[in-house]
Amino acid sequence: MMLSKGLKRKREEEREKEALAVDSWWLDPSLPAVAQAPPAVASSSLLDLSVLKLHHSLRQSEPDLRHLVLVVNTLRRIQASMAPEPTLPPVPSPPAAPCVADNLLASSDAALSASMASLLEDLSHIEGLSQAPQPLVDEGPPSGRPTGGSPPSLGALDLLGPATGCLLDDELEGLFEDIDTSMYDSELWAPASEGLKPGPEDGPGKEEALELDEAELDYLLDVLVGTQALERPPGPGR
Amino acid sequence: MAGAGGGGCPAGGNDLQWCFSQVKGAVDEDVAEADIISTVEFNYSGDLLATGDKGGRVVIFQREQENKSRPHSRGEYNVYSTFQSHEPEFDYLKSLEIEEKINKIRWLPQQNAAHFLLSTNDKTIKLWKISERDKRAEGYNLKDEDGRLRDPFRITALRVPILKPMDLMVEASPRRIFANAHTYHINSISVNSDHETYLSADDLRINLWHLEITDRSFNIVDIKPVNMEELTEVITAAEFHPHQCNVFVYSSSKGTIRLCDMRSSALCDRHAKFFEEPEDPSSRSFFSEIISSISDVKFSHSGRYMMTRDYLSVKVWDLNMESRPVETHQVHEYLRSKLCSLYENDCIFDKFECCWSGSDSAIMTGSYNNFFRMFDRTTRRDVTLEASRENSKPRASLKPRKVCTGGKRKKDEISVDSLDFNKKILHTAWHPAENIIAVAATNNLYIFQDKVN
Repeated sequence: MMLSKGLKRKREEEREKEALAVDSWWLDPSLPAVAQAPPAVASSSLLDLSVLKLHHSLRQSEPDLRHLVLVVNTLRRIQASMAPEPTLPPVPSPPAAPCVADNLLASSDAALSASMASLLEDLSHIEGLSQAPQPLVDEGPPSGRPTGGSPPSLGALDLLGPATGCLLDDELEGLFEDIDTSMYDSELWAPASEGLKPGPEDGPGKEEALELDEAELDYLLDVLVGTQALERPPGPGR
Repeated sequence: MAGAGGGGCPAGGNDLQWCFSQVKGAVDEDVAEADIISTVEFNYSGDLLATGDKGGRVVIFQREQENKSRPHSRGEYNVYSTFQSHEPEFDYLKSLEIEEKINKIRWLPQQNAAHFLLSTNDKTIKLWKISERDKRAEGYNLKDEDGRLRDPFRITALRVPILKPMDLMVEASPRRIFANAHTYHINSISVNSDHETYLSADDLRINLWHLEITDRSFNIVDIKPVNMEELTEVITAAEFHPHQCNVFVYSSSKGTIRLCDMRSSALCDRHAKFFEEPEDPSSRSFFSEIISSISDVKFSHSGRYMMTRDYLSVKVWDLNMESRPVETHQVHEYLRSKLCSLYENDCIFDKFECCWSGSDSAIMTGSYNNFFRMFDRTTRRDVTLEASRENSKPRASLKPRKVCTGGKRKKDEISVDSLDFNKKILHTAWHPAENIIAVAATNNLYIFQDKVN
C-alpha cells in the first residue's frame, strides 16, 4: 500500500515540476536525446499549434514579420511531411481526433495561403500609403535607392475604407476649410525646449497633452492635403 | 553539453574571477513592463553605460573617478542622466500604435565635451546630445533673478552679467530625428567608422543615413519580394565593419550572413560574401530553421572575425572563410530536446545578443534562469554564471553554475526542468578596455568586474 502511494505521489510531483515536456514520444529513453532524429512526419498537435500561432500572428495589428515568416516556414515543412498520407492520422500517440487533422489538411493549404496572401498584400499596399509623405531624393550616385518607395496612387487610396473615402467627398471638404491651422504649424522635429530636463518624471502636463494633439492634427492634415492635391488644384490652403 | 565549469574552474580568460559590483533597478517582485531593460551599451571609453527600456527611457550611468584612498577598488557606475527618448506614437494610416520600447542604443565617438548617442524604437531613430552645465549667468539687465521682467524705465544702469558656478546639471536634448524611413520594425543601428554615416535595418530593408541629414536616407539593401506571399526570409541584424567604412554585414532568419561592399554598387542586394554553415542532417527537426535564425551579429574589435548568435549556440566566423564558422560554442544544448515546448511557449523566438571582450579573447551571451555564459577563446574554457540578488554582496565572487541534464542531480546543480524561462538574459555588454561587464536581467542591471589580484 505504502509503496504504491509513494510511487503515485512521486509521479504527480514530477508532473507538477515539469516546466517543459520533453519531445519524447518518438525517443527511445535509453538513448541520448540529441542523437536521435525526429521522424519525417509531424504530429497533428504540432500542426494545430503552428496553425494557431499563425492565426494569432495574423490577428495582430502589426505582425512581427520574423515570427510570422518562421511560423509559416515551419508550418509548410510540417504540411509537406504530412502530404503523402493526408487521410491518415500522422502519428499514433497524440489523442487528437484524426478527422481534425484531415479537415485541417484539406482546408489549411487553401485557407492558409489565402489568409497569408491577403495579409501580406495588405501590408504592401499599406506600405505604399505610409510612404506618401516622404520627399524623394534629388541627388544621384553613389546613393542607393532613395526611400521614396512607390509613389501613392489613387488605386492604393481606394483600399482605404469608407471612412477616409468620406473625407474626400465634396460635401465634407468644406469642414476643413474653416479650420485655421496656423497655430498648429508646429515644427515637429525642432530640438526640444527647456522642458526636457532629467530628474523625477512629472505626470504629463497640459503642455504635453496639447503638443500631442498638435502633432496628431498636423500629421492628419498633411495627409489630407497631400491626397487632395492629387484630385484637384490646391484649395485655399491649410 | 551542459554548461561546463565545475566548482574550481576559473571564469573568463587569464584566470579571471568575476565578482559582483553593483545592481541597479527595483527589487520588487512585480516588474513593471515599462522598466524591462531592452538594450545595454558602453560608450567608446567605457566611462558611460547606457540602458534603454520598454517605456522608452534611457538611463546613462557614469563611472566615478577612482578613489585615491582605495586604489584597488574600481570606480562605481552611478546615474548620470535619465531622459525619455521615445514616446508611444499613433500611426493614423494604419491605425497602429508604435511602441516606445528602445530597441538599440549606439554611442558616437566623443569629439568634444558633449556625448552623443543614437537611440531607436521600431520606427524612429533619434540623435541625443548629453551635455553638462556647471555655470549660469547672473546679473541680467532685463530680468530679475527670479526671471521676472524688469520695468525698462526703472533701469538706470547697465551691468555685465557674470558667470557663476552652479550644481552640475546634465541635459539631454534631441539633436536629430530620423523618421519615416522604415515600414517594418527596426532591429539594428550601426555607426560607421567614418563617424559621419550610420545604417538602420528593419525586417526587409537597410538604410544608410548621414548624421547631419534627417529628411532623406539611402536604401542600400532591400529583400522585399515583389509578391509578399513569397516572403520566406527577413533581416535580423546588421552592423558596419569597425574599420572598413564601405563594409557591413547583415544576418537573416535562415541563419545566413551576407557581407556587402558599398563600393561595388549603390544597391547592395548582391552580397560580396555569403556565410552559411551546412545543416547537420542528424540534428534536423521541424525547428531547425527557427533555431538557426540569427538574433545578433557582432564584429570583433580587430575586424578580422564576426560572431553570430542563434538560439542554441554562438559561432565565430573568420571573414575570409564563408563555408563554416571557425568556432562554435554551445550555450544551452540541453534545450535541444525541449524545442517543442519552447516553440509552444514562444521562448524559441527569444532574441539573445552576444558581445566580445575588449581584447576579443572572450565572448559572452545570455541564457535562461538569469544565467549567462562566457567562453574564453584562448583557453577554450567556458563558464555559466548567474545574475541574482542572492549573490549580490559587494565584491562577492560569482560561483560557476551547472545545469543537470539527466540522471542524478548533484548538489548545487539545477535541473533543466527547474529553469525559469521568464528570467532571460537577452542583453549584455562588455567594457571596451577592462574586464567589467553589464548584464540586464529583466528590470535589473548587474555590473560585475574581475577581482583585482
